[in-house]
Amino acid sequence: MKCAEFLNELTNYLDGALDDRTKSELEDHLAWCHNCYVVCDTTRKTIEIYRNSELYELPDDLRGRLQTAIMGKCSAHKEKKSGPQKA
Amino acid sequence: MSAIQPNIQPPVSEEMELVRRAKRGDDSAFEELVRRYDRNVFRIAQHITQNREDAEDVVQDAFLKAYGNLAQFQEQSKFYTWLVRIAVNEALMRLRRRRPERMVSLDEEVKTEDDSLPREVADWSPNPEQMYNQAELRDILTRTIQGLPPGFRTVFVLRDVEGLSTEETAQALELSIPAVKSRLLRARLQLRDRLSRYFQKRASGDGDK
Repeated sequence: MKCAEFLNELTNYLDGALDDRTKSELEDHLAWCHNCYVVCDTTRKTIEIYRNSELYELPDDLRGRLQTAIMGKCSAHKEKKSGPQKA
Repeated sequence: MSAIQPNIQPPVSEEMELVRRAKRGDDSAFEELVRRYDRNVFRIAQHITQNREDAEDVVQDAFLKAYGNLAQFQEQSKFYTWLVRIAVNEALMRLRRRRPERMVSLDEEVKTEDDSLPREVADWSPNPEQMYNQAELRDILTRTIQGLPPGFRTVFVLRDVEGLSTEETAQALELSIPAVKSRLLRARLQLRDRLSRYFQKRASGDGDK
């Protein structure tokens, strides 16, 4: 396997979506090609860092306000759809 | 090296039960769906719009739209995938409104650099997250991902941050599976490359912070 072929399979490899034969060829390549090993390892770290980053977490107070607003709008939508109720 | 496992999501049948109750007019079931997914929708919206006020509006509009169109949800995908599709469209609309001078589309042709590997690849420190304090790290990660084109950023966020499968990401973005895979690879490599300038191994003596 050449470096360009490794790169084409990198996403499938990291996602565990390779057949055994291609996986074994890729791992053989990683055993001797330091650059590809580093790219593979640091790409995996990139994904893990973002997955664990907790970027843009919704604060509890804002979350509460949004939920109230959403359900309020949903009720208004329902009432509008069912039309004015007779007294 | 082992494969990265996607985030665990609740069983579909339980979710579908909530959807069916909501379709029959049970608002408490819909409220449960809101509580289950509002954090995810907010994250996705903020990643796409890069603006907190827009993200708040997207969360409200996406759930309201889902509520109003629940009867049209055919139950052929997970409710969450369908909701993400609505949220992504709302977020892109907001982004276009803010940046009318720039065409914003998931289909945009993104010029990519040559995919061949660089000759010298700098290795990272063993624990790169520990080189910076939390606020610094958050700032680095935010600035780095914001530098990606929206089409790449969105695929990366859905697939790698939110843990959707390749098929679900394709469904949510109305892209083909090869298009999702190609964008995901490029997004991952570009992020890796950009993060390397912060995380690469320091010369001996400098040490980790």
